Amino acid sequence: MDRIIVCLKPVPDPQAWDRLRMDPVTKTLIREGIPFIINPLDKHALEAALQLKDAYGAEVVLLSMAPEFTLPVLRQALAMGADRAVLLSDRLFAGSDTLATARILAAGVRRLGTCDLILCGNFTLDGSTAQVPSQLAELLGLPNIMHVTRLEFLEPQRCLVTQKIEHGYVKWTATLPLVLSFTKEANRPRYASFLQILAAEKRPIAVWSNADLQLPPDSIGHAGSPTRMADVLLHQKTRQGQRLTGRPEDIAQQLVEIFHRRRVI
Amino acid sequence: MDFKLSEREEMLRKSAREFAESEITPKIAEMEETGEYPVELLKPMAQLGITGLIAPPEYDGVGLGYLARTIVLEELARVNAAVPMGMQVHHMAIAALKDFGTEEQKRKYIPPLAKGETMGCVAVTEPSGGSDVLGMQTTAVLRGDTWVLNGRKCFITNSHTSDFWVVIAKTGEGSKGLSAFIVDKTAPGAKVGRKEHKIGLRGSNTGELVFDNCEIPRQNLLGQEGGGLGVALKTVSESGRTGMAAVALGILQATYEEAAKFACERVLYGKPIAALQAISFYVAEIYTDLDICRLLCYRASWLKDQNLRFDTESAMAKYYTCEAAVRCAKKAVEIHGGYGILQEYKVQRLLRDALVTISAGGTGEIGKVVVGRAALAPFQKKG
Repeated sequence: MDRIIVCLKPVPDPQAWDRLRMDPVTKTLIREGIPFIINPLDKHALEAALQLKDAYGAEVVLLSMAPEFTLPVLRQALAMGADRAVLLSDRLFAGSDTLATARILAAGVRRLGTCDLILCGNFTLDGSTAQVPSQLAELLGLPNIMHVTRLEFLEPQRCLVTQKIEHGYVKWTATLPLVLSFTKEANRPRYASFLQILAAEKRPIAVWSNADLQLPPDSIGHAGSPTRMADVLLHQKTRQGQRLTGRPEDIAQQLVEIFHRRRVI
Repeated sequence: MDFKLSEREEMLRKSAREFAESEITPKIAEMEETGEYPVELLKPMAQLGITGLIAPPEYDGVGLGYLARTIVLEELARVNAAVPMGMQVHHMAIAALKDFGTEEQKRKYIPPLAKGETMGCVAVTEPSGGSDVLGMQTTAVLRGDTWVLNGRKCFITNSHTSDFWVVIAKTGEGSKGLSAFIVDKTAPGAKVGRKEHKIGLRGSNTGELVFDNCEIPRQNLLGQEGGGLGVALKTVSESGRTGMAAVALGILQATYEEAAKFACERVLYGKPIAALQAISFYVAEIYTDLDICRLLCYRASWLKDQNLRFDTESAMAKYYTCEAAVRCAKKAVEIHGGYGILQEYKVQRLLRDALVTISAGGTGEIGKVVVGRAALAPFQKKG
């Protein structure tokens, strides 16, 4: 195996969600001034890549589309053990929906040259659309398997991929190259060891703009995004209370009936 | 002046915090119950780089400095103070070897310590006292090619989990009458004595080391013969005091978080008690003490990293932070009201742990003696 690309998205730190504000006009998140972390599921994709690197030796390249102020997040991912990072960053990319994002990432992948695997998190903590990995695969003409819980190699270019579905698992055999998106069941991401933190300071992060990718301006950013956000609403979570009265046995009986009626049991 | 931590230091903090929250948290209940150090954490701590943090890379260490160490110990102590207590003493053993060991001693002892294969400690205190170093009674006599040690050390952190001990013993009289030795726990006549049951820092073991005609090879002398006082003072005042201060700083951080969280959650008179000025003042005092202590601790460590003298600053950081940890943990218990004395709540542990930091690594009074000396020096008449 020569190269594994891990797509990684810096997302707002959930611990600072009380500081999140939406832009009322563009209906997008105001990203300035809030701490960012590696999208949690992307860490599982990175761990999967690092395990393959440990076992078979491969270059692990991080690929991310984000503003430049999120560079420390890429540095953290490098400190987990990735070899280098490419940040795709340009004002022209701002406002990209999932399709435009996938176009930009696909251009980044093409510019990196050949690769054996493109690994992603199953969805991101902020957008949660889970669309980008499939769109990226489609644009690159590669197969995509989502909800991956396990990746094993049968031969150098053939692997067995376990996919989680609603009531069980599906095992696929697949030939590289592939786009896989990982769930949190897949593995336990390693900590950034202190030695790796020091080593990461010397690992390169390249910043590529659209001048490098040469994408038509009407295919990226707000202009290239077919999605139009109608509105953003604050989710109100309320519960409907119901008081059961009577002797304990009667209450238990009523509960059982409610559960049956609601198909809980 | 730049108070901003570097990206490297922020990453070390983040990594240490993630580790502490995920790996140490599940061990706390057992540590509190049994009083045992979770030695099974040594390997993961070594993988992260905690055990070998200040050990030089040529001896399998990470080679980081004291500011990095303070940040890491602080983050561990924020979750549980006993684990970094053991580690800071482990670092003291590494520091003593690094500063005073021969090349052969460094090659033999530092790599296994750095890799978490062994644990170390530094033994100065005796039943007769710890701060009165010259009053110690443990003796070492050279017979042929063997040093023979007799005596007893007490209140030694890591006593029962260490594989070897850096021991200070009398080899003569006066300030040149102390020497330092490396004693393997398997040396003939070396024994561990009683293990103390402490009110706080439960998971860090504290106990006695006993030397009953204990025989160690001549080459296990650490530093010069008669240089033991220097080994003790340098190790205690540099890695010991900054380490102890960092542990207390982590307790303070946790104290602030617990106090503020409870004040915002606990509703009385129809609103969170944080809305009461009396309570907000308590939280403000804790928050201010936390900031003062963090600046003191970071400055002392930074001075060490710059190779500048910092004995006064490390004494200041140690005594002030440990006292502030007790003061603030008591306030946090009071904010919690009746809940503060329940074992389910973290604040009671923070208060118990903070109390133990006061005397560990030199009492607050000894710290003030050091600071007082520096404070008065410019105004004292010469001669």
